[in-house]
Amino acid sequence: MIRSRVWFGPVLVAALATTLVFLTVPVLAIFLETTPAEIIRKLGEEQARDALWLSAQTTGAAMVLILVVGTPAAYLLATRRFRGRAFVITLIELPLVLPPAVAGIALLAAVGPSGLLGRYVEDAGLQLALTTAGVVVALTFVAAPFYLRQAQAAFAAVDGTQVDAARTLGSSEAAAFARVVVPGALPGLAAGGALALGRALGEFGATLMFAGSLQGVTQTVPLAIYDDFATDFDAALALSAVLVIVSAALLLSVKLVRGADAVR
Amino acid sequence: MVPRWCIGGLLALMLAGCGADDDDAGDLTVAAASSVQDAIRACAPDVRASFAGSDELAAQIRQGVPVDVFVAANTALPEALAGEGLLDEPAIVATNALVVAVPADSSVRALTDLAEPGVDVAIGAEGVPVGNYTREVLARLPAAQERAILANVRSEEPDVKGVVGKLTQGAVDAGIVYVTDVEAASGRLRAVAIPADLEPDVAYGAGVVTASERRAQAADFVEGLTSGPCADALRARGFGPPP
Repeated sequence: MIRSRVWFGPVLVAALATTLVFLTVPVLAIFLETTPAEIIRKLGEEQARDALWLSAQTTGAAMVLILVVGTPAAYLLATRRFRGRAFVITLIELPLVLPPAVAGIALLAAVGPSGLLGRYVEDAGLQLALTTAGVVVALTFVAAPFYLRQAQAAFAAVDGTQVDAARTLGSSEAAAFARVVVPGALPGLAAGGALALGRALGEFGATLMFAGSLQGVTQTVPLAIYDDFATDFDAALALSAVLVIVSAALLLSVKLVRGADAVR
Repeated sequence: MVPRWCIGGLLALMLAGCGADDDDAGDLTVAAASSVQDAIRACAPDVRASFAGSDELAAQIRQGVPVDVFVAANTALPEALAGEGLLDEPAIVATNALVVAVPADSSVRALTDLAEPGVDVAIGAEGVPVGNYTREVLARLPAAQERAILANVRSEEPDVKGVVGKLTQGAVDAGIVYVTDVEAASGRLRAVAIPADLEPDVAYGAGVVTASERRAQAADFVEGLTSGPCADALRARGFGPPP
């Protein structure tokens, strides 16, 4: 055991150093290989602006769906014990580990024109494959589990005695949920929301397979990067840099929210 | 406590994994256009092959991805790479034809039917050979027809596989692909010929990557595309011989 101490520390340090270099150099390279002037030139192009605007719209729509439906669903999972609960949680978390290409095929097989529910979707007057609505469906499918998981943990961690106090004072469960539970879980909910947002913003495979790629309609920023990759590598780098900045800002805001929570 | 030999063994394994470059025949790496995937898999099962849009493969070669042979669905990309000193003098190894692909039971009978309102179309993205050929064809149509067809485009796919996938999934009513893609779809798709005066010259250029460490072997492979099993495999799938 004494001898092990001699090498164990350096091994840990070497492992961390390797990890750090491996994970940061590729991201740094994006910024070293491009220039602010190039980023601004790229942002001036119609294709890039269309892609950014479309990404903002579709990610926004997906987030609204995820928050509105996911918040009460996560609350139920966090506060009720029922038969099959663990199974339900596993099913909900499955898309977390699903490769995006599998998600794309799965969506086509489910709600594509010749898919399982395709006829009903069509009868309802909806077209999802190759439409902006299809992008929202793909983003929601891959991003929702990130929020659900985090929200469930946040709700489970809310101090039960405060909720009980509110109920004793005559609040309905819905009122206690709105006034006590959600504010108490807010930092966790925000962190889950940011994770889902980041995942939705970066979604590529499922979008390409299910919604295709058409400028202004289904070509989100990651798809525009892929489109540029072959013809204009510098433009692809510039657009990638924009996405890195947005993602880093998201991560930072999560850390800040959490930090504020820890201080409180 | 982890025995020391275990860590040593792990390190040795990692190093072996990094430095594995034994020079056997199976190591030839071919970057080829998606449209020749079936033929090359069939005639040269031993080569390591990467199939994607020709323009992506060209971009990868420009970024220094180590491949030995480049087979593109046009001649412009190999010639451009040759001009940049990245590829040896390319040769034309096969030809193909552009067609309108539709589901077997479709009512589309001619290219101009794609201009009808409500016909959803998928084509290749600009910059990808199939996408460029498609735009060449459309540009030879009357301007109003070209506009009407482009307005019906629902997706611009990064390679020909994407167009075929969207078609077989019923997401679109028609796509513009190579005649060989329709033959590969084994009866699910039907080809509608494009009038000869609109048809572009679709030629496949192939060459040895200049930085390759297996140049002789790579040159043999390129030559084998015009005579031998790979040429036969290409003919069997509807590719034409070089002119």
